[in-house]
Amino acid sequence: MRRYEPILALVLAAAMITAAIMAPWLRFVLTIALAKGIAVVGILLLLRAGQVSFGHALYVAFGAYVVAFLAPRLNDAVLLLAAAAVGAGILGLLIGLFVTRYRQIFFGMLNLAMSMVFYSLLEKLYHITHGSDGIRVEVMPVAGQALDRVAYEWSIFGIALALAFTVGLLVRLYLSSPMGEALAGIKTRETRLEFMGVPARGVLLSAYVMSAMLGGIGGAIIAMTSRHVTPLLAYWTSSGELVFIAILGGAGGVLGPFLGAAAFELVRIYAAASFADAWQLILGSVLLLVILFAPGGLWGMAARLLGKGGTR
Amino acid sequence: MTEVLLQATGLRLAFGGVKAADNIDLGVMKGEFLAIIGPNGAGKTTFINMSTGYLRPNAGEITYEGRRITGMSPRAIVKLGIARSFQLPQLFIEHTVEQNIALAVASRDGIWSPLAPLMRPRYRDEARDLLARFGLSAIADTRADALNEGARKLADIAMAVALKPRLLLMDEPTSGVAASEKMAIVETLVNVLRDAKVTAVFVEHDMDVVERFADRVAVWSQGRIAALGPPDQVLNDPAVLRDVIGIERHA
Ligand SMILES: Nc1ncnc2c1ncn2[C@@H]1O[C@H](COP(=O)(O)OP(=O)(O)O)[C@@H](O)[C@H]1O
Ligand SMILES: [Mg+2]
Repeated sequence: MRRYEPILALVLAAAMITAAIMAPWLRFVLTIALAKGIAVVGILLLLRAGQVSFGHALYVAFGAYVVAFLAPRLNDAVLLLAAAAVGAGILGLLIGLFVTRYRQIFFGMLNLAMSMVFYSLLEKLYHITHGSDGIRVEVMPVAGQALDRVAYEWSIFGIALALAFTVGLLVRLYLSSPMGEALAGIKTRETRLEFMGVPARGVLLSAYVMSAMLGGIGGAIIAMTSRHVTPLLAYWTSSGELVFIAILGGAGGVLGPFLGAAAFELVRIYAAASFADAWQLILGSVLLLVILFAPGGLWGMAARLLGKGGTR
Repeated sequence: MTEVLLQATGLRLAFGGVKAADNIDLGVMKGEFLAIIGPNGAGKTTFINMSTGYLRPNAGEITYEGRRITGMSPRAIVKLGIARSFQLPQLFIEHTVEQNIALAVASRDGIWSPLAPLMRPRYRDEARDLLARFGLSAIADTRADALNEGARKLADIAMAVALKPRLLLMDEPTSGVAASEKMAIVETLVNVLRDAKVTAVFVEHDMDVVERFADRVAVWSQGRIAALGPPDQVLNDPAVLRDVIGIERHA
């Protein structure tokens, strides 16, 4: 199955580019989907270790606010993306040193707690963050090039796509490396790792920092695309959405998060347009069906369609 | 043969009122195969747990090659060359047997290479070679959660051997192994260990295995060592016969 991943990734990318050319609003939706997909790859990393973070929107929001705060001084999309990734990574290291002492429900809930603290700070420190009004983000140069709005939006879409590919490739390599397999070992026999001389917590911490950086990158792209950041980005429902997408897409491969994010954003748009108040009902039902009938998510379904079982 | 590799002195550990270790003194000689026998609950596993850093004794100390290891973490102790296998096999159940072994091989180098695959030729070849020596080649690609008890036990030991320890502590290596295969398996295991010049301590309930493969036997009873010596001597001791042969029947 792993063999098909690169080909499927190219097909998916081609479909996204076609859709983006055909309809500008789809370009917007798909850029957001790619950003969320990148953040959800971070969720997937932690899922490998059997851990679920219910607070990862913290890093998405952090990345987004890094862009909003620094844009006036560091006015370039490429530099801001780097700043968001590094900043989120440092925050991930600080929080990770604490939360990676815990597992399962405690790990999940501590992440949730951290994200809610951050959410409250964004809400309450009005003179810095403008509270729930949020902060606007202006169109900015990309790699030194001043662009008009359409060229800018295309550039961000292109950057998101390129980053999605890079992240997918690197994470794929990582997951089948000794470090990535040890990460999966945390899920099944953490103590054995220690008796092999492997510092399990260090393995989880490094994955946590990576997942925080991916969240930061995703958040930066979201800020550059929606061009408006609010505390809602850090709210627990946003974290839940990331976990939702991870399950919808499937945790068996790095394409899952992107399939999941694209499906999620498209269903949301169509459902919201057609059934206004019922779209959460639709999303809930979809999740229920996935958990009951396709526990491997969309990626698992794709894998089955392509014949070969086994998604690892 | 007379050089002491591991020395336990005055080890004590109590769980509530239960004395799992009650003044244990034991020296493991370099190159020997030392069997530990004794009834369930005598404190055999506890001794292994203390020697590998999993449990910390209330009193006493353990030295390895003259260096104090009491209070060190399992991780640090492994790095010094002491590996262990488990009474209940501890495998990565979502990985194949070969991946389990390869991960153990890789862990000797440290596992911090994030981009090169675990199944790189060097690790895979060593894992395959080890599995072949254990007679486990046929199940190399089987997921660990699909193995039978005997195979799980052997894979668990193979993981410990993959760490290239100088001292290997095995907790009931033959429990769960079918009686008909037991001798052949132990024979294989002993050959692997002799080739690698590994000193071994193993908890064992089968007196035939002990008699045939152990250089010395330590008899555990209620957290104490009741007898220690060569198998022909210890296993003919009337007191030991009464205690231990009784256990062997319903072990
Ligand atoms: N972690 C523990 N917590 C509480 N009691 C324990 C623990 N480990 C062992 N014991 C107790 O210590 C005694 C010795 O156990 P153990 O070393 O497992 O015996 P053996 O391996 O000889 O069967 C038993 O009474 C057991 O219940
Ligand atoms: Mg025991």
